[in-house]
Amino acid sequence: MVTAKKFLFALLAAFALTLSGCKKAPGGDQSADAPIRVGEVGSLTGLEATFGTSTHQGIELAVKKINAEGGINGRKVDLITLDNQGKADEAATATTRLVTQDGVVAILGEVASSRSLAMAPIAQSYKVPMISPSSTNPAVTQQGDHIFRVCFIDPFQGEVMAKFALNGLKIERVAIMTDVKNDYSIGLVEFFRKNFVEGGGKIVMEQSYSNGDTDFKAQLTSIASHNPEAIFVPGYYGDVALIARQAREVGIKAPLLGGDGWDSPKLLEIGGASLNGSYFSSHYSPQDTSPRIQGFIKEFKDAYGLVPDGLAATGHDAMLVLADAMKRAKSLTPSDIRDAIAATKDFPGVTGNITIDENRNARKPAVVLKIEDQKLVYETTINP
Amino acid sequence: MPRSFPIIWIAAFLVVIGVELFIIDNLDPYVVAIIIYAGINIILASSLNLINGFAGQFSMGHAGFMAVGAYSGAVVTMAFRDNYPAIFNEPALQPFVFIAAIFAGGLCSAAAGVIVGLPTLRLRGDYLAVVTLGFGEIIRVILLNLESVGGARGLTNIPGITSFFWVYGFVLICLFVITRLVDSPLGRSFLSVREDEIAAEAVGVNTTRSKVTAFALGAFFAGMAGALFAHYLRVLSPAIFDIQKSFEIIIMVVLGGMGSISGSVVAAVFLTIIREALRPLQQITGTDYRMVIYSLVLIVLMLTRPRGLFGTKEITDYLPERWKARFGVRRVSPKES
Repeated sequence: MVTAKKFLFALLAAFALTLSGCKKAPGGDQSADAPIRVGEVGSLTGLEATFGTSTHQGIELAVKKINAEGGINGRKVDLITLDNQGKADEAATATTRLVTQDGVVAILGEVASSRSLAMAPIAQSYKVPMISPSSTNPAVTQQGDHIFRVCFIDPFQGEVMAKFALNGLKIERVAIMTDVKNDYSIGLVEFFRKNFVEGGGKIVMEQSYSNGDTDFKAQLTSIASHNPEAIFVPGYYGDVALIARQAREVGIKAPLLGGDGWDSPKLLEIGGASLNGSYFSSHYSPQDTSPRIQGFIKEFKDAYGLVPDGLAATGHDAMLVLADAMKRAKSLTPSDIRDAIAATKDFPGVTGNITIDENRNARKPAVVLKIEDQKLVYETTINP
Repeated sequence: MPRSFPIIWIAAFLVVIGVELFIIDNLDPYVVAIIIYAGINIILASSLNLINGFAGQFSMGHAGFMAVGAYSGAVVTMAFRDNYPAIFNEPALQPFVFIAAIFAGGLCSAAAGVIVGLPTLRLRGDYLAVVTLGFGEIIRVILLNLESVGGARGLTNIPGITSFFWVYGFVLICLFVITRLVDSPLGRSFLSVREDEIAAEAVGVNTTRSKVTAFALGAFFAGMAGALFAHYLRVLSPAIFDIQKSFEIIIMVVLGGMGSISGSVVAAVFLTIIREALRPLQQITGTDYRMVIYSLVLIVLMLTRPRGLFGTKEITDYLPERWKARFGVRRVSPKES
């Protein structure tokens, strides 16, 4: 039983090591030239790894830029990134670690609302500001006065697509396909339905699917029989691409409409020509010719070799908004940074001018993109 | 030999109270979080061990039972908070509400265990595994579609009551019940079912009843663990209780040794700690190699100790003979067959 004994000793040693991490006050080292520690929690591995990676690259790029320009009032930003494997409980533990072990002054994260919701009560209880780059569930920022986001929320995206369908496309008959496994999809559908019906439109058919399904023919055949002018499918790109292909197979010619969950290069890779003529709302368009966006795209391409997606842009903005707030804050304590973030007004981010409203949500425009010849084309910008 | 009430349980309980009163506030909250998750995992692993290890019924739906307990427990406390704030906010009464919520979680989960167990435990081996796997998924999909508990958006604003004391209090209850049970006639009937179902039936063991009881008890404790988890994380979403969660618990049981409670405890603690202990590696290398190391550790351990760390032995089996009586050790250690 020597092995068992040895193992138990090793276990005890590991436990002692973990325990020995000593207690640090939130805020960390406040001396004049020490780096400012900012934490990030993201899904760098797991099922939604592409979301976490895009966001992380956007944030990392922003940190490099800030540090190259001399940091914040002469102090460099030190980004500490922790992975949560796409799990809510790991996201919560990682948040606790960032605050109590690493002494960060602010936290960036998460993409998925379910994980942001697990992190928010912890950030709030330690009074450390947290900025979610792209969690769109309204409940996230309701967790407390230290929780912010730099993206628009589900109601707004649903509203944007409803407005766009009514006024831009001038259509009245729309079918809906909801991903019932996905709070994001449910939220968009709720507000799309409300705004579209109030604006005089008609929902001719509602169908649902579950994230990860591969056969949508039954739902699509039923939708086809109602002959809608468009189908609203606010799911994630993988499912949407398959839905688009199968919709064409069952003879539906109507365009598909969706939200920022479509925003991935994989969408066009999988969906191919079947997506031509479809529209979705997103945070930014790489084709926008404003120097702000083109500059960001160039820097991103130089660093990572690919065109940034919307999540990279919102991650970038989250860090820039935080840096801007830290520059304006009276001191670099979490509470002063919180006040400065709350006072953000017309900050020129990559994804538009960002104003933080009284509910700590961002007010900013959304863009509608059209898919033409398997490329994304900027269609219009819809303001709040 | 008359069985004296093992003093060790009382001592352990006093230690838990002592730690809660004097030590826990001085520890880093991050360390406390790891300790609490370790405790929840101990309950999950040892309760699954009751089903998989002792009764020999391979269940893969433990996350489903945990989900039932988590949601029902959270619903009970939230209902109290919203409808009877006077009771809920009274510091002297809140613990009772919480205990009620945890037991509600356990009982709902046990009921689910009986409902699933009665028809399915007639199946064996692989078939049962598939059915329980399906059950876990059914629970998750039902929760996804239940708007009253938040659906896919999740249940938020659950009061954060769970503390070190609560988790480890229930860990002790769970371990006490399971260790005592295993040596009782009922527990022996579990073992007989595991070893040879036909022989057990031939000597008069009601095998279906034994299996359903083991299933319901395992589910009961998993439900309790779920309720504790819910009141610690303060937010629930169905995605937490996916197949991966079930597998995590199975890994703990297999690593510790099917049929060894001490094994489950050690494996649960070890696997909870190692994931966090490997975090510095991620910060140094910039890539998350944690799961690679984690998996490597599992492979190496399974190669060197294929029956798990403890096999079917208990930690007390390694004690010197003269200590055994003092710790209430009684059972003849089963040979590692």
